[in-house]
Amino acid sequence: MKKIDSIITGLLLAVLTVSSNTLFAQGNNLIMTETIKVGLTPPIPVYIEGFSGEAAQVLGFDLFVQGFKPVGSPEAAQYVIKGSNAGNITGSLTDNASKTVLFSRSYNGASERRQAHAFADDIMGAVHNGSKPIGGTKIAYKSQSPSGIGEIYVSDFDGYDPHQVTSDGSIVAKPAWVPGRMALYYTSYARSNPDIFYHSLSSGERRIVAGYSGLNTSAAVSPDGSKVAMILSKMGSPNVWVCNADGSDLKRLTKGIEDSSPCWSPNGEWICFAAKINSRRVLAKVPAGGGEVQRVPTPGVANPTEPDWSPDGKWIAFTVQMGDFSICVMSADGTIAPVVVGSGQNPSWSPNSRTLTYNHGPMGHQTVAVLDAFTRQTRDCRHASGSNSQPAWAR
Amino acid sequence: MKLNRIALSLVLALCATLAATGCKSKHTIPVTNVPHPAMTGPATPENFNTRPINPSDNTPTVTPTPPQYTGGPIDTSTNWDPRQMIQDKEKLAAYTVHFKYDSAVVEDTEQADVAAVAEALKSNGDAKLLIEGHCDERGTEEYNRSLGERRALALREALAKAEVTADRIRTISYGKDQPVDPGHDEAAWAKNRRGVFIWCTPKPAVQ
Repeated sequence: MKKIDSIITGLLLAVLTVSSNTLFAQGNNLIMTETIKVGLTPPIPVYIEGFSGEAAQVLGFDLFVQGFKPVGSPEAAQYVIKGSNAGNITGSLTDNASKTVLFSRSYNGASERRQAHAFADDIMGAVHNGSKPIGGTKIAYKSQSPSGIGEIYVSDFDGYDPHQVTSDGSIVAKPAWVPGRMALYYTSYARSNPDIFYHSLSSGERRIVAGYSGLNTSAAVSPDGSKVAMILSKMGSPNVWVCNADGSDLKRLTKGIEDSSPCWSPNGEWICFAAKINSRRVLAKVPAGGGEVQRVPTPGVANPTEPDWSPDGKWIAFTVQMGDFSICVMSADGTIAPVVVGSGQNPSWSPNSRTLTYNHGPMGHQTVAVLDAFTRQTRDCRHASGSNSQPAWAR
Repeated sequence: MKLNRIALSLVLALCATLAATGCKSKHTIPVTNVPHPAMTGPATPENFNTRPINPSDNTPTVTPTPPQYTGGPIDTSTNWDPRQMIQDKEKLAAYTVHFKYDSAVVEDTEQADVAAVAEALKSNGDAKLLIEGHCDERGTEEYNRSLGERRALALREALAKAEVTADRIRTISYGKDQPVDPGHDEAAWAKNRRGVFIWCTPKPAVQ
């Protein structure tokens, strides 16, 4: 009797599990964000038909780095994408289980690439309700020759359409976007000193924001664009400082022995950074207005640096050095321990809070790439010669 | 509260429906004639919502930049500019200090080099010193930029203990951007973890 009871209970549980899964799949991703396992989410199989050349390449790239996986037959797909790039791009997205057409649309204007990016954004938006589009976004990065001389570049997030931003013929480092604007902060040794520059990409105007003696580097702009966090060593050790966007009202936030790589929480309240405490590399955070430095634990991994806080506030990506460099993601509130999601350095979140840009490869031959933290799917960006690193995703 | 209950019952009802239809389609009805969505190939444009893409939305114009810049806070902590001095990289090259991995501690073995540099500065009142901090290629770029600066600053502190005033010294970190040995082994790394002293003297006055 007991046995039968337990079998029945088991069956009931199985039925409940199946039906709740169905509900999750149907109601889609309001619930999904709660069940996501960073680095362990299975990709969504899609079947893509009717596109060729550049349109197929863009569509494939954009969907792959946002957690879709192309499959060889419509039967194996959860979604079917059909369309054409004869002339303008037209396309539709069908839920393969219900055979429901989720949307059909045509695109005109701009280029085939841009139309394909827009179609991929619409697919992502239809499957993951509310996902922020990335198809039209930019990255900034440094491209360096073996001599150490480099320049800052800006390109589409997939590496296409690169533009050289600087022509200093010096060492450059760590570009950072002003949120929502075509403007950067970056480090250049143009003045024979690592100084932080502000640079408007639309007007070409640029000026020094921090040119103090010693180190001026790693600018990070606050989410509202009004403040800049950075590393200065003017008081005798490399520490986190914050100032207004124009460099005024400078304030020291930390006094540790050796800090690096500040980033902002999306609500603008915290600055997370890499610190050295008792000769060990750790992550820490400090209130942006000043206050007590707190440790940000990274259980299970060693030598964390280069934190970046996701725009939705949920995740912190960072680099760990355990032999080689790896990209880790953990929940910002500490409830999900760090998970290694890729091999490389310098993670920077895209607006969708799941895709990262980063760089990887042998020393001196770095390649900028894009990574979906949830599925770990990654693709290299198209890039020029030289060593390309420190990508920053405009958001 | 009432709303919550209604929402809950709706969710439960939806659950039940889904479970029921799921069972039916799998087990009881052999063939279900699901009307297939009309679209089997590329749809005709009139069926679509057209979304115009304005090139100016996405395409930035990046203005080519001349290597000039303006403004910047004036730094009062040191009142000399290495670019206005004659920089002699050879004079103190023999006293280059080396560091242990991931360390900015000036080791006992390096103290004689520091003492020699201190003596040279003390006997040449006009001279200034630029200290370069360098790292091996292990460690991330910005981490190494801070570590290199910390090494240069540690040497400045060591010189200050030898009674060289700190305002005669400027520091610059190159992180891992300027290795002296391009190799990828411990022998190369040991050479690259270094502090380099550059002897700076005033340029002769223009006649």
